[in-house]
Amino acid sequence: MKLLNQSIKHLSISILAIVTIWAIVFYFNMLNEIKSSIDEGLENYKRLIIQNAQQDSTILTKTYFDESFFAIQQINKQKALSVKDDYSDTVLYMQDADDTEPEAEPVRMLTTAFELNGKYYQLKVANSMVEEDDLVKELLYDIIWLYLSLILGIIFINNFVLKKLWKPFYDFLSQLKKYHLGKTEDLPKTKTKTKEFNDLQNVVTNLLAHTSQIYEHQKQFIENASHELQTPLAIATNKLELLIENGKLQNNQAQTIAEVMGIIERLVRLNKSLLLLTKIENKQFLNNQDVLINTVVKKNSSNLEEIAAFKKVKISVLETANLSTKMDPSLANVIVSNLLRNAIFHNIPNGNVHIEITNDTLKISNTGNNLKLDKNSIFNRFYKPNNASKGTGLGLAIVKAISDTYGFRVSYSYIDTLHCFLIKFPAN
Amino acid sequence: MKILVIEDEPQLLSNVKESLEKEKFLVETASDYHEAIDKLFIYEYDCILLDIMLPNGNGLQILSQLKAEEKSENVIIISAKDSLDDKLKGLELGADDYLTKPFHLAELNARVKAVLRRQKLNGKNTLQIANATLDLRERTFIVNNQKISLNRKEFDILNYFSLNLNRLITKSALAEHVWGDHSDNADNFDFVYYQIKNLRKKLQSANADIEIESVYGIGYKLIKK
Repeated sequence: MKLLNQSIKHLSISILAIVTIWAIVFYFNMLNEIKSSIDEGLENYKRLIIQNAQQDSTILTKTYFDESFFAIQQINKQKALSVKDDYSDTVLYMQDADDTEPEAEPVRMLTTAFELNGKYYQLKVANSMVEEDDLVKELLYDIIWLYLSLILGIIFINNFVLKKLWKPFYDFLSQLKKYHLGKTEDLPKTKTKTKEFNDLQNVVTNLLAHTSQIYEHQKQFIENASHELQTPLAIATNKLELLIENGKLQNNQAQTIAEVMGIIERLVRLNKSLLLLTKIENKQFLNNQDVLINTVVKKNSSNLEEIAAFKKVKISVLETANLSTKMDPSLANVIVSNLLRNAIFHNIPNGNVHIEITNDTLKISNTGNNLKLDKNSIFNRFYKPNNASKGTGLGLAIVKAISDTYGFRVSYSYIDTLHCFLIKFPAN
Repeated sequence: MKILVIEDEPQLLSNVKESLEKEKFLVETASDYHEAIDKLFIYEYDCILLDIMLPNGNGLQILSQLKAEEKSENVIIISAKDSLDDKLKGLELGADDYLTKPFHLAELNARVKAVLRRQKLNGKNTLQIANATLDLRERTFIVNNQKISLNRKEFDILNYFSLNLNRLITKSALAEHVWGDHSDNADNFDFVYYQIKNLRKKLQSANADIEIESVYGIGYKLIKK
């Protein structure tokens, strides 16, 4: 989730809580305020009624609430003395413009008692109150509006202000994403006055400088190791070649030399394969361009045509689409060549190799011995199911390393006596 | 033909020297940067074999100096670095070929001769051995004015042999040259044997005055009868 959205999420949740609590407090405060103001009115009303009753005794006979919102009832002295001014919420039946018949409406009622000419009366004065459910409803609408405008305001501010504040950060991040160790020369850089971003930039710059230094050292080391190993191997091979050419050798001596040469050959291949693997894993192949896999397959299968014919293996290619991907062309060649060679060499006489190319997969399946290979370890280095194989045991490990580098998915399956290798390329 | 070999490893240097001398080349050597520069600017050479990593300097520096002085020697870089960067840089600086260590002597021979031949033939690209002619441009093989049909690999093999006349080519050198770097299967040797067998039959039935001889079962040699 983006920082911007996260802050909006947190803000909207906390604002919702704050606004809700505020609304409840506000509601009760307002209700109290209304009541106390009505109570003051009722008190005043009471005084007026008692004053008027002194002049107009008919008022004392008004025992029901009708048009004038008060009722007087004579009571005995004892009861009257026990009465204190009491304000209460109750209901009276009234009818107003929007009612078809009288209905209970909330009122505030003052119950009190007074003495007039030696007689005691109970007085009830009522005043219509605000209807609480209406108040709640109104308040709720207002709160929702308030809440929505706050959120919209925050989104607006976030988008314009925070986006501007975070711009250096996103700038920096996008440069960092494009940064490729050993390939990008300039370190990511952005101009900002924000201290945190400057700190981040300094830390990242130091880290990258340190890492690329190590990377350079490692590259240097690999190259040196290669040099150190390749030269003695070259000397050994060449010396033996000269020895065979020059010497009058006996057959068994020549055989021994041939065997030693064979061993040196294996060392050479092993060294080359290991170097290739290291290079791939260090991502030193970065000459990426659009490669048409169809062409690579065709080139390799025509290259291996004669040897396939010699092994009595038939190669068929089915292209349902053009498969193009961005990668180093020499690595594309290594992948296809390794898989195709495996398919031809680990085959049976009169067997088949079938290659299928779709717009995002390359499938190479072949007949072979009826032993299912272990699909978990088949891509491991030096995995050899039967030790008879004179290969380096690195061919498939190289295929896997290249696939991992470019995000291809390579898998092995054994279906209907066919060994099948499938590479799934990322969709374009 | 004079060849200068610039290489700091004495054993490798002596191997290369010995092998090239078998081809009747006049071979001189230099084992560091200064010696190489001295020799290059005093004498003329037909071909230079150049190692990239040298004491006191770098092979690529030598190349740029040659280029600056407009000396047009044929240069073959011999490097332990199989790095595309160096390869491209070297070829850009005017090198004619790039050979990665370790290499077979037969391969080195073929590269040197190919470079020299390219220079000498000026476009005409045929090679005559006894009564046999290889036309490299048309990729045809003619014996006694009779065209012999060869498949692609057979032609490559014969061409490789012709560049190494009377020299041993081991089976693995042959396999590597014809099927590329990654050939790491014993089946390749059977296939080499099979191709050689076919080639011999074709040479024989065409009455060619050349033949492919087996050397201790390790490799082959093309000889004139």
